[in-house]
Amino acid sequence: MRVISAAKVEEAVGSLFLKANTVIRPDIKRALKRAYAKETNKLAGELYRIILENAAIAKTKRLPICQDTGLPVVFVEAGEDVRIKGGGLEGVIQKAVIRSYKKYLFRASIVSDPLKRESRSGFGPAIIHLELKKGKRLKITVMPKGFGSENKTRMKMFNPTVRITEIENFIVECVKNAGSDACPPYIVGVGVGGTAEKANLLAKMALLRPVDKNSRKKHILKMEKKIYSMINHLRIGPMGLGGKTTCLGVNILTYPTHIAGLPVAVNIGCHATRSAAVTI
Amino acid sequence: MKNALKICTPLDTDVIKKLKAGQFVFISGTIYTARDQAHLRLAGLIKSGKKLPLVLKNQIIYYTGPTPAGKGRPVGSCGPTTSSRMDEFTPSLLDAGVKVLIGKGRRSQEVVRSLKKNKGVYLMAPAGCGAYLSERVKKAKLLTFGDLGPEAIYKLEVENFPAVVAIDSRGRKITA
Ligand code: SF4
Repeated sequence: MRVISAAKVEEAVGSLFLKANTVIRPDIKRALKRAYAKETNKLAGELYRIILENAAIAKTKRLPICQDTGLPVVFVEAGEDVRIKGGGLEGVIQKAVIRSYKKYLFRASIVSDPLKRESRSGFGPAIIHLELKKGKRLKITVMPKGFGSENKTRMKMFNPTVRITEIENFIVECVKNAGSDACPPYIVGVGVGGTAEKANLLAKMALLRPVDKNSRKKHILKMEKKIYSMINHLRIGPMGLGGKTTCLGVNILTYPTHIAGLPVAVNIGCHATRSAAVTI
Repeated sequence: MKNALKICTPLDTDVIKKLKAGQFVFISGTIYTARDQAHLRLAGLIKSGKKLPLVLKNQIIYYTGPTPAGKGRPVGSCGPTTSSRMDEFTPSLLDAGVKVLIGKGRRSQEVVRSLKKNKGVYLMAPAGCGAYLSERVKKAKLLTFGDLGPEAIYKLEVENFPAVVAIDSRGRKITA
């Protein structure tokens, strides 16, 4: 049994949210630079320049990349041989999120009751996804998820006999539906298989994978490339101004599913898709 | 941006009429923030004929909910939020005298019609660039609805605040 102190977890979660909210992901920065370099549409090009300058300002002045510092989502991969000392994992994470958001002046974007929507908003609670793994390690990944993009989430339960092209078209439709509303160029997270909630979770987790990496499964990689090109032909571009790049990457994750169905979920990530991870 | 047009508030009708979809502008002067809950309240007050906490005539409304201001700054990050969520309230605000809307993304047909009727314009500010835009805000003052936290109405003094004309006063659009 390996013992990790609650204080260490708290410190890790706090700094991860600082990093995620103020430092652009290196894969996204690379992708934006590539998009900027090949852009011939003047307005779109100017937008890329501003987006990259925004990232530089955020980093040096420790300002959030985006004012929507999101609904804090935390993915935990906990080794079965790890024990947290000095507090329960859930409590420690929740405390760390609130402290970090307060300390670093992130936005209180959470209403405690979704229907009453009490006017005083708060920093949490975070959504925590826990996965048990073999071993002694604790991996924590944080994602402050903005809701402009979260609002564009879609899912569909396909028939198991569906043609792949129908799934591809559905994913492209989701991006078309998002249009310029959710801060393109997008990262398109797709979850295929499992149950309804599993597909949605996979779609969100797919946003964590670097945009310049593709699936290792050949048939999935082929789909990713095809959808990527179809989406970029939509010519939505940054802010909807047109241009060559509407998405920076299409990331698909799959999971075994039932003989009777084929869930497909799409979670849109904006150009300010933020995440950071650490293994303790 | 070359060829960008510099405009100062309050904007008179002639200036607004000259703005064309696709044009890049830099705004200097006063703008007011308002997003979902503030819109709900303002539209409610307008409907019931009650007194408004601010004069809407000829004003600019910016859809944003900033992060708290750090030391020595008037405001934190303050990029635009999705405009379409304001669509159902926008015509009544335009009828009440608002001239310019700033946000991101698409608008409904009703908003386009109302902009045409009221000779107003819809601008898009660089989306997802809250830190960059924060640098263009020189002063910020809480005006009303303080209980709404980041959704309160703030009066901002901006300097060279960048935006693109997305729908002009003749209803011409830049985005699909
Ligand atoms: S969609 Fe992303 S970049 Fe745009 S406002 Fe929301 S969090 Fe920020």
